[in-house]
Amino acid sequence: MLEIKDLNVHYGVIHALKNISLTVNDGEIVTLIGANGAGKTTTLRTISGLKKITSGEIILDGKQIGLLSAPQRVSLGLSQVPEGRRIFPEMSVLENLEMGAFLRKDKDEIRKDMQSVYERFPILGDRKKQLAGTLSGGEQQMLAMGRALMSRPKILLLDEPSMGLAPLLVREIFEIIKDINKSGTTVLLVEQNASMALSIAHRGYVIETGSIVLTGSGEELMKSNEVQKAYLGGE
Amino acid sequence: MQQIVNGISLGSIYALIALGYTMVYGIIKLINFAHGDIYMIGAYIGYAAITFAHLGFFPAMVISMIACGLLGVITEKVAYKPLRNASRIAVLITAIGVSLLMEYVMMFFVSPDVRSYPAVLNNKVFHIGNVIVNTQQIYIIVTAIVLMVVLQFIVHKTKVGKAMRAVSIDKDAAELMGIKVDQTISYTFAIGSAMAGAAGVLVGLYYNSIDPLMGIMPGLKAFVAAVFGGIGIIPGAMLGGLSIGVIETMVSGYGSSLFKDAVVFAILILILILKPAGILGKNTREKV
Repeated sequence: MLEIKDLNVHYGVIHALKNISLTVNDGEIVTLIGANGAGKTTTLRTISGLKKITSGEIILDGKQIGLLSAPQRVSLGLSQVPEGRRIFPEMSVLENLEMGAFLRKDKDEIRKDMQSVYERFPILGDRKKQLAGTLSGGEQQMLAMGRALMSRPKILLLDEPSMGLAPLLVREIFEIIKDINKSGTTVLLVEQNASMALSIAHRGYVIETGSIVLTGSGEELMKSNEVQKAYLGGE
Repeated sequence: MQQIVNGISLGSIYALIALGYTMVYGIIKLINFAHGDIYMIGAYIGYAAITFAHLGFFPAMVISMIACGLLGVITEKVAYKPLRNASRIAVLITAIGVSLLMEYVMMFFVSPDVRSYPAVLNNKVFHIGNVIVNTQQIYIIVTAIVLMVVLQFIVHKTKVGKAMRAVSIDKDAAELMGIKVDQTISYTFAIGSAMAGAAGVLVGLYYNSIDPLMGIMPGLKAFVAAVFGGIGIIPGAMLGGLSIGVIETMVSGYGSSLFKDAVVFAILILILILKPAGILGKNTREKV
């Protein structure tokens, strides 16, 4: 589904991503974990087209997308829930969801998808006329996810969906991610909350100062000493 | 009462110009100082359409709106787009440069002389009680209201309008929705400049005279109006425009017309001290 080969990205003179390679197969949940500033968000922003690549390849369904604009990538089936949610606070919940379907023209199907977003997140249905900025943090996260689903993505990129949420809500959000994946959407999940992420992921990658240092199945990584020490607080 | 009617018609013109300022500011955080000159060019295009093509008021205004819309888009592409990632002060200085360029290029082509605007509307005067309203004022007010309603419709109900709002709130997030940011900025310039074009024709009819530097003062006052209402907020520009228009005519009607400009700019200073976000502006709080 998604393949990244030898990706290099710079911010000015800072070499933010160094020869990153990773693969996400059809139907998988793959997680990218790492500390603050390791390059997780940069990786996602580069995949979605908000950040330019210096060198390397990004391949979606066999197609090179590394030089396409962000909107073009959306039209090819890539959708990102950005870090900090980035909903449109001065627009209503409904309008936020409409923005998610911006590139689609099939009105009836859009309406159906909106219904299924409301089924998945009933609170959004109750508040569709409300300004998105008035929602709570958890509701905003749900809105951001619902909005991203409105483009009918093949692959969903999630950046820190647990950020700033209470533990109970985090659990709920991760259940929803699992559910979205079961209904056929491939997921690439970036998280600081390594134990949560690894518990639902099929495979994972560990990133450290811009390089992938470790990869394996969710379970393997959970058990590995390095991950235990660095991210899970184990001895 | 008479002054209020006069003020509203003048204010409608300010409001139309202020809309362009506020929309452009909303989307790229630029005070487009060339905006007043687009309005001036709009007045000249209307003049040409009426004088040389013998068109009526309405077609002349539409032509002026289209031409100004195009001019706005071209200005943005040539002057501002290359500076998208530059510091804001660089873009601001460019805007002042574009403004001067437009003024003096127009002077070169149309001469700096004042021209009198052809009268296309037969000017009837109506007495309502002891208030005098003339045809031009009615045209100005009605046109302005129609344009503002259309604008509100575009911004709130159409896809382009929603994209404009999304881009002005969060460019990156808008891009992730598949919204083409550059294209949306072009639309914003087109619509804002078209409003200025309409205002140019209206003012030509109202004051009967146009010259290449006519855009400076109304441009600045419309800028004050936009700040007064809350820059970046569309209803704020409407409210600000009308308020500034009414205040200005009140001052010249009951005080002295020598002070009217001073009062307008005193209002700018006051609003910046007392409520910098403008009358309708909220001090934005961000949720993390």
